[in-house]
Order: sequence, then C-alpha cells, then structure tokens
Amino acid sequence: MSRTTLTARVPRRRLPWVHAVGAAMLGMALFGSAHADGRFGIPANAPPAYAQECASCHMAYPPGMLPAGSWQRMLSGLDKHYGTDASLDTATTQQLLAWLRANAGTTKRVREEPAQDRITRTAWFERKHRQIQPAVWNLASVKSAANCAACHTGAERGNFDDDNLRLPAGMSPAMRRNWND
Amino acid sequence: MTHTRTRAATLLRTLSGPLLLAGGLLLQPLGATAADTTPAQQLERFNAQAGISGQAERGRVFFTSRHGGEWSCASCHGNPPTQSGKHASTGKAIDPMAPAANASAFTSTAKVDKWFRRNCNDVLKRECSAPEKADVLAYLLSLKP
Repeated sequence: MSRTTLTARVPRRRLPWVHAVGAAMLGMALFGSAHADGRFGIPANAPPAYAQECASCHMAYPPGMLPAGSWQRMLSGLDKHYGTDASLDTATTQQLLAWLRANAGTTKRVREEPAQDRITRTAWFERKHRQIQPAVWNLASVKSAANCAACHTGAERGNFDDDNLRLPAGMSPAMRRNWND
Repeated sequence: MTHTRTRAATLLRTLSGPLLLAGGLLLQPLGATAADTTPAQQLERFNAQAGISGQAERGRVFFTSRHGGEWSCASCHGNPPTQSGKHASTGKAIDPMAPAANASAFTSTAKVDKWFRRNCNDVLKRECSAPEKADVLAYLLSLKP
C-alpha cells in the first residue's frame, strides 16, 4: 500500500508548458498503472465503514491530510463533531481510528496538529489557498473550505492537482482575478 | 529468474486490490447496514413503543419545526423530503427520506436508530421520543413521490 504523499498533489503555480507536460505524464500514469490514481487518495485497505459512516455527510478525506493525534482527538469526540452529532458505536469507532492512525500524515508539513484538528487550518492548506478571497468559501456553491470538490473535481479520487480545478458557480470578476494565480 | 520474480510481484500487486476488497467484504458486519426491515415495520415498532399510532400531520409539523434551535429536520432533508436533501453545513447531497422516493430508506434498523439518535440531538438537543418517531414515520409514509 502506498503512503499518501501530499507534496505531489496539492495545487501549485505552474507555467502553461508545465501543464502540457503534466497532462502527458498524468495520461501515462493512468494508462501505465492501475494504482497511479489511488496513490494520493484513500488507501485501498479503507474499511467499508469509512465511506459508509464518514462520507455520509462530507467527502471521505484522505487520512494522510491530518496527523495521528488529530484523528485520535476527532474520533474521541464524534458526538460533538464540528456542530453535529456524528457518534458511532464503539467497535466501528475503534476500527476507523486504528485505520486512520495507521494512514495518518507523517511528513514534515502534515505532522503538526492544526487548530481544531481541521484540515482547512493546516499551514499547507492555508498557504495553498492564500489567494482565495474569503467570500469564495461562503458561496452557495461552495459552502465552506471543507468542500474540496466544489473546485477540485478529482477530490473524491484523491486528486487535488490544479489541472482538475473548476470555477464554482457565482464567482464575481474580482474573485476570478486571483483564481489560479 | 529475476524476470519471473518481477512478473510474480506484478501479479501479486494486480491481485492485491481485489483481495483487499474481498477481505473488506468479509469484514462487513462491523458497521454494516444490511436491509432487515421495512418502513411500515419501523412505524409499527415505534407505534408499539409509543402505545399510540403515529399521526402524519403531527409528524409534518414536527419535521418542519425548529424546536428552538438552528435547524429543523427539513433544513437538511427538504420540505417535503421527497427529493434529495442537502447537508446544512457541508452541502453534501442526502438521499430522499420519503420511502416512496427512496427504496432503501428505513430498511435497516441499526441505521434508523443511529440517525434518529444523532439527528434528534442536532435538532432538539435530546433524543426523540417514541411518539415523535411514530409521527415522523407516519408523515414520511404518507408522502407521494
């Protein structure tokens, strides 16, 4: 099983020719190996409960986006989960926690526990999205920064590359100005 | 020899996905939500617990009221809940609640209990009573697609 590597997939600035080369490489990767696309997303050994339980209300976030300590705290307080009761039976909670811990982020940029254990409060997330105006997160088509798929069309497959971005509905010209800057 | 070993490793890698998937399916009882009931049986169950029959109109009022908090059931499930709802904070689509519009609604006892427990806590800051659940079931069963 491959370790989630955020470094290679989080959006970054690129020159146009890099896009072309990147697209070609992506094509080779997709056709060259069946595992290429899963490398950065949800590990293949995810328990079915992860999609069943966690992805009922939001997308199934890649476990490598948070350090083990954050997952530990989150799973210990599911009855108060960012404003809702997401409590689970003990056996399922333990199973999910063990898997999340085993696949948690360990790289230098991920191992620091973010405020409120939110992916959107990690230093790397804030840096990558620093050009996004706060009003964008509040658009009806986005709702919050936690809704990766509002812009990252490949998010559900673990692909956060900026080759797969879309403009969410309702972006004003001012909001677009800094888009993909 | 090296070549053979490489091919064997490739084969193993190719098979590991399906094998893991099969393993996952075998482990399913943990957190599984097998269909073991029907919406009508759930209504009967809550009627029996309540000692009275659920009333659709009372259920409609309950479902669409805020009960002093920020959300009603309809905030996420829609009004009427015969179409897909939308999670109030994440925006994620939620399958229709009305059995007439969603064949898998109320077909797992464990799921029914889990979601009543959580969502009543979100809307009312407490568990729902058996009469309230009976009313909601009566209301949802009265809806046409």
